[in-house]
Amino acid sequence: MSDRPYEVIGTRPVRHDGADKVTGRAKFGADVRLPGMVYGYVLRSPHAHARIRRLDTTRAEQFPGVLAVVTAADLPESPDRPVDLVEGTLPLRYVRANVLARDKVLYKGHAVAAVAAVNRHVAEEAASLIEVDYEPLPAVLDVLGAMREDAPRVHEDLRMREFGETTERAGNIAEHFRFVLGEVEPSPTGEGLVPKGFADADVIVEREFRTAMVHQGYLEPQNATALWNQDGRVYVWTSTQGAFSAREAIAWVLDLPVSRVCVYPMEVGGAFGGKIRIYLEPVAALLSRKCGRPVQIVMPRRDVFEATGPTPGTVIRVKMGARKDGRISAAQVWMAYETGAFPSGQCAFGAMCILAPYDIPNLVIDGYDVVVNKPSTAPYRAPGATQAAFAAESVVDELAEKLGMDPIEFRLKNAAREGTRRADGPKHARIGCVEVLEAMRNHPHYRAPLEGQNRGRGVALGYWFNIGWYSACTISVNPDGTVNLVEGSVDLSGTRTSIAMQAAEVLGLRPDQVHPVVADTDSIGPTAVTGGSRTTYATGWAAYEAAHDVIRQMKQRAAMIWDVEPAAISFERGVFRTGERTMTFAELAARLEETGGPVIGRGAVNPASAGGSFAGAIADVEVDPGTGKVRLLRFTSLQDAGRAVHPTAVEGQMQGGSAQGIGWALFEEYAWTAEGAMANSSLLDYREPTALDVPPIETVIVEVPDPEHPFGVRGVGEANIVPPPAAIANAVYRAVGVRLRQLPLKASALVDALRAREN
Amino acid sequence: MRRAMVRVQTTVNGQPAEFLCEPRQSLLECLRDILGLTGTKEGCNDGNCGACAVIMDGRLVNSCLVLGVEAEGRTILTIEGLARGSELHPIQRAFLEQGAVQCGFCTPGLILATKALLDRIADPSEAEIRRWLANHLCRCTGYDKVVRAVRQAAAELKEACR
Ligand code: FES
Ligand code: FES
Repeated sequence: MSDRPYEVIGTRPVRHDGADKVTGRAKFGADVRLPGMVYGYVLRSPHAHARIRRLDTTRAEQFPGVLAVVTAADLPESPDRPVDLVEGTLPLRYVRANVLARDKVLYKGHAVAAVAAVNRHVAEEAASLIEVDYEPLPAVLDVLGAMREDAPRVHEDLRMREFGETTERAGNIAEHFRFVLGEVEPSPTGEGLVPKGFADADVIVEREFRTAMVHQGYLEPQNATALWNQDGRVYVWTSTQGAFSAREAIAWVLDLPVSRVCVYPMEVGGAFGGKIRIYLEPVAALLSRKCGRPVQIVMPRRDVFEATGPTPGTVIRVKMGARKDGRISAAQVWMAYETGAFPSGQCAFGAMCILAPYDIPNLVIDGYDVVVNKPSTAPYRAPGATQAAFAAESVVDELAEKLGMDPIEFRLKNAAREGTRRADGPKHARIGCVEVLEAMRNHPHYRAPLEGQNRGRGVALGYWFNIGWYSACTISVNPDGTVNLVEGSVDLSGTRTSIAMQAAEVLGLRPDQVHPVVADTDSIGPTAVTGGSRTTYATGWAAYEAAHDVIRQMKQRAAMIWDVEPAAISFERGVFRTGERTMTFAELAARLEETGGPVIGRGAVNPASAGGSFAGAIADVEVDPGTGKVRLLRFTSLQDAGRAVHPTAVEGQMQGGSAQGIGWALFEEYAWTAEGAMANSSLLDYREPTALDVPPIETVIVEVPDPEHPFGVRGVGEANIVPPPAAIANAVYRAVGVRLRQLPLKASALVDALRAREN
Repeated sequence: MRRAMVRVQTTVNGQPAEFLCEPRQSLLECLRDILGLTGTKEGCNDGNCGACAVIMDGRLVNSCLVLGVEAEGRTILTIEGLARGSELHPIQRAFLEQGAVQCGFCTPGLILATKALLDRIADPSEAEIRRWLANHLCRCTGYDKVVRAVRQAAAELKEACR
């Protein structure tokens, strides 16, 4: 392509860690092997809700091969305070209580005690000898039930926050917030607000949706290896999305200064938001302190399901009105998210996204975060937004149909643009909402005829706001003309390369001449988590700054050699120049020693926000009306990447997010026993999509550059998961004429709905 | 306390290997914890993810479902044994060139599965590839680029056979 403005950005080099990843050499958390290392096992609650009357570890301690046993009594008891956990603020006592339960267990799988022993079989056997006397308590398992005044309380001390203030109201509602835009009035019951604008609507659609709790489903179980050194420092090797956020959380829980903790971020076998929280790290550290040896704990898959963050199930009601001219006049949303055993802020994220694709003059969104006796939920790729879009995009589809409009034309008529105000307050910056919709409309998939019985095509749109946050990066110049790039961002899926490419672009180097290293928390400046689609955006920006710092210093060296002012030197495509004289980057790199020593560039950024990303999905399905089985015939994912640094990696994100969205749509869910135990905590019974469940996923990268970012990058990790469930539900409707308003779209529910229609 | 240990003599990646294990230890544990071959991954430990796949006597097996003692007298290929000296195997290269690796945790299992498939069917169709890989979960890629990698590898290996 001749109009390509860049040499490196937009190319598809093989990733830097590629050879390690295909030869088995890459070190994931569970691959850490330390001299004298022993193995831990965590004993977990069999009850969804119970008081711990007595805990006796004597027999476990005496079991041959056991080196240490810990319980919540080994956790420090520093005064409670709110701590910032990346995805929200939580009282420190809740963070500690999730690591090891103190007086109550709040979900089946809640950690109660842990054992370190010579191998994991011995540790597991010993753990079974720990005696726990539980007093079972009634469990709350359903979000609407939990909101009732007379529901059993998950936490006696929880007080509802409402509109940003803590109230006196005790119960299971952790938070109630409200977003309002345009003209509103008190509701007829006087209890809330309703938007004006329904009066001029020609059609109004009001529906209730439910979505099941689902898991991020990464293939690598949580793990932690810790060494409490004899000098008082704690070293932790773990699979985490954020070495620095993990360091802070570990330090808080153990009541240590952060500088006494060093986290080595290992390769991460998938995370998707689920590896921000800490689980095993402080437990392994406490065991290590007791036995004086490094301790490794790897979660069994069952515990991954039962004790690490799934993402909330929801109940969402959406009412929207539109006029004959195709404009949406008002929207009202009520959304309740089950946050699991402890509060989390995902309902607010969902509320920020649910109506963000549209310019709606009057709207009210009420959101509730509700605690229940289920595992503490964690973010999952565009946290909160997928459930929300399932509801809103189903209603938008129904409105378009009632108005007799093409669903994409209807969306285009209402699409958000630069300057459109979002429900949560800020105005959209330059966004690619319209461009994504146009790409959908123009795509051959959307125009291709779809023939045959029980087949249908659905579309949906999704939004994720993306985040900025702080990143640090250093670049040191090697005498052979290459550079080493040290970064604090954990690489989940190839960001070593997408970041190195941005440095290479500035330095006029090939991507393979930049050697990226992900450093531990002792070796690089603080860097926020790999999450929020921020890494290629913000750490790439830090690499850009560091590379410019390198060039600035190299110009000074060239100036010294040529005896001119640095300002008289230009640098372009790898060549320093003044007048007729030139020196390549490599030639100058070889002369740093004689001109003052090493050149080390430094980049530190903290963008307050990032350009949001829109994604669209087009799905063709075929429904078997006899069995209710939904087969995907064709699937296209479209997303605004701002500027695609590594298009193969961008496509990979879109395909991966789409596949997860397909699983969420069709079969993933936590199934519960009446007592509140997860009934399907294995990868056999919790069905993640296989290669047979998904069709080839076509991708279209839309590029509407983010005006803030030096290369126009937008994060692409998340928005792609948002539209698939709604697109598939809309396709099912077009195929067989029934709308399912519950995720997953179960075959049995579909058969029931088809039968009900016949009768 | 001393536990009864069993001596196992086997061949791993072309080299004779000998180890002591407890009868209850899986081959996956023996490879990772005793022989230090951590390239084979544990995703579920109950046969449902394929991350632990290795090739034993020419057959693809989930090593979490094989006991270490069953390796006696067998020939085992793990991901560490696939590259030819300093050259990647064409399947490994295809996975990289097609962008079929994201987190890389499923990759050792998928690459060995691909080898087992191509040893059996030199030129598999897309449907055959997807059916074969359906025993392996990959949460990151959506399988599209994995399927392309298998096709590239098949084409290259066929070319090399000519
Ligand atoms: S670890 Fe063996 S199949 Fe999952
Ligand atoms: S690349 Fe992550 S599970 Fe396949």
